[in-house]
Amino acid sequence: MTDYETLLKRVNELLAPFVEEGTPLREDSDFVADLNFDSLKVMKLVEQVEDEYDISIPLNILPDVQTVKDFVIQLQKLKDGQE
Amino acid sequence: MSLFDKFQQIAAARQALIEKGLRSNVVMEKVVSPTEAVINGRHVILAGTNNYLGLTFDPDCIDAASTAVRKQGTGTTGSRMANGSYSDHVQLEKELAEFFKCQYGMVFSTGYIANLAMLSALTGTGDVLLIDADSHASIYDGCRLSGAEIIRFRHNDPNNLAKRLQRLGERASNTLIVVEGIYSMLGDRAPLAEIAAVKEQYGACLLVDEAHSLGVLGTNGRGLAEEAGVENRVDFVVGTFSKSLGAIGGFCVSNNPAMEIIPLAARPYIFTASSSPSIIASTRKALKVLKASPELRNKLWENAQNLYQKLQGLGFQLGPEISPVIAVRVPGIDQAVALWKGLLENSVYVNLVTPPATPDGGCLLRCSVSAAHTPEQIDKICNAFESQREALPAAQMA
Repeated sequence: MTDYETLLKRVNELLAPFVEEGTPLREDSDFVADLNFDSLKVMKLVEQVEDEYDISIPLNILPDVQTVKDFVIQLQKLKDGQE
Repeated sequence: MSLFDKFQQIAAARQALIEKGLRSNVVMEKVVSPTEAVINGRHVILAGTNNYLGLTFDPDCIDAASTAVRKQGTGTTGSRMANGSYSDHVQLEKELAEFFKCQYGMVFSTGYIANLAMLSALTGTGDVLLIDADSHASIYDGCRLSGAEIIRFRHNDPNNLAKRLQRLGERASNTLIVVEGIYSMLGDRAPLAEIAAVKEQYGACLLVDEAHSLGVLGTNGRGLAEEAGVENRVDFVVGTFSKSLGAIGGFCVSNNPAMEIIPLAARPYIFTASSSPSIIASTRKALKVLKASPELRNKLWENAQNLYQKLQGLGFQLGPEISPVIAVRVPGIDQAVALWKGLLENSVYVNLVTPPATPDGGCLLRCSVSAAHTPEQIDKICNAFESQREALPAAQMA
């Protein structure tokens, strides 16, 4: 099983360039309300994570993703399903 | 939390546009010809209509529509499943199939419904839709309706498509790849031969939306699949009547026997009223004109080349290739609105496109060229753009 903490750490690193300086990046940060993500930023992040882990992330999971934690949980499921 | 809170973001975006002086959507007080209208009391050249062959005022198409409305009435008042088909619907389906050299043809009430119907009928739970990232909203919405797993591949990138099919393993055979002939925002073509090769390698199916390429590409105007020489490798072709055919409606043609079942399985088809007789009649005539008049296609491409090269010469940043869709890239919304308003004040109407409808987060002043544009009109469009160059800082010119 993929380690949640390891994934969270790497996702935070990938997220950082998309977040305005000074904006705190937490596990419960909401992509839209806290991190000011729009659909374009979401898709760019998805592409980077796909490349990083050599997976395809279905758009169907996105309605279940509001926070960074939600995203990492979905990523964990996808990676575990692949292994 | 109220029912209407979700509108706040859109309302704020609308308010921002109002504050920049865009009060409402453009209203054409009078449509004069395929390339001219009156807007705000001003006679303007239309360069944002998708009226590629200029057939909206074709006398034969108008006669056909007029005769049909007199003989068959103004509407069908229901779906074909419930009310039955008019013989002209069936005739148009036969004519489309024949034109595309396919066994099956199917007509829909709009191009949007054609994509909704085909994607949601062809795929369902357990299947995969692999779509180009720059796909039209009708493709995204069709995907949602299907219940299939939706995966995007990078725009016009067959290698990225192959990588994703490889990841799917055995599920690749349950996958429908969806691409467009010409992409509506930037006017670029899909690398269809490469995409067809990838789909064959992995045993997937391929649907091509030729909405902007019907009548525009290919020796006979059948679209990108014809131009790329891969018609027999494309499983389903979807298209629209609302661009080169000058009416409204959509279609799908294919040699796949599944087409016999689609009318019984596609909910957007089953539960939509069928096209009015006048629409079907003018479309049938327009298809005949499209087939018989290759010179319209030549004229369209002359105009496209002329406008693209002149705008490029003026220093504007454009889409990646010459096509009848010519997108002028403008990074910021303030400059885009100023430029768009300036063009309209100079009697030229183009489409103002802002995020999230644009592929890369910038804004576009999207022009679409028609075979009906005269060289003088193309010059006037260029002159209007030239007069507005100061709206863009030098750094944002090519």
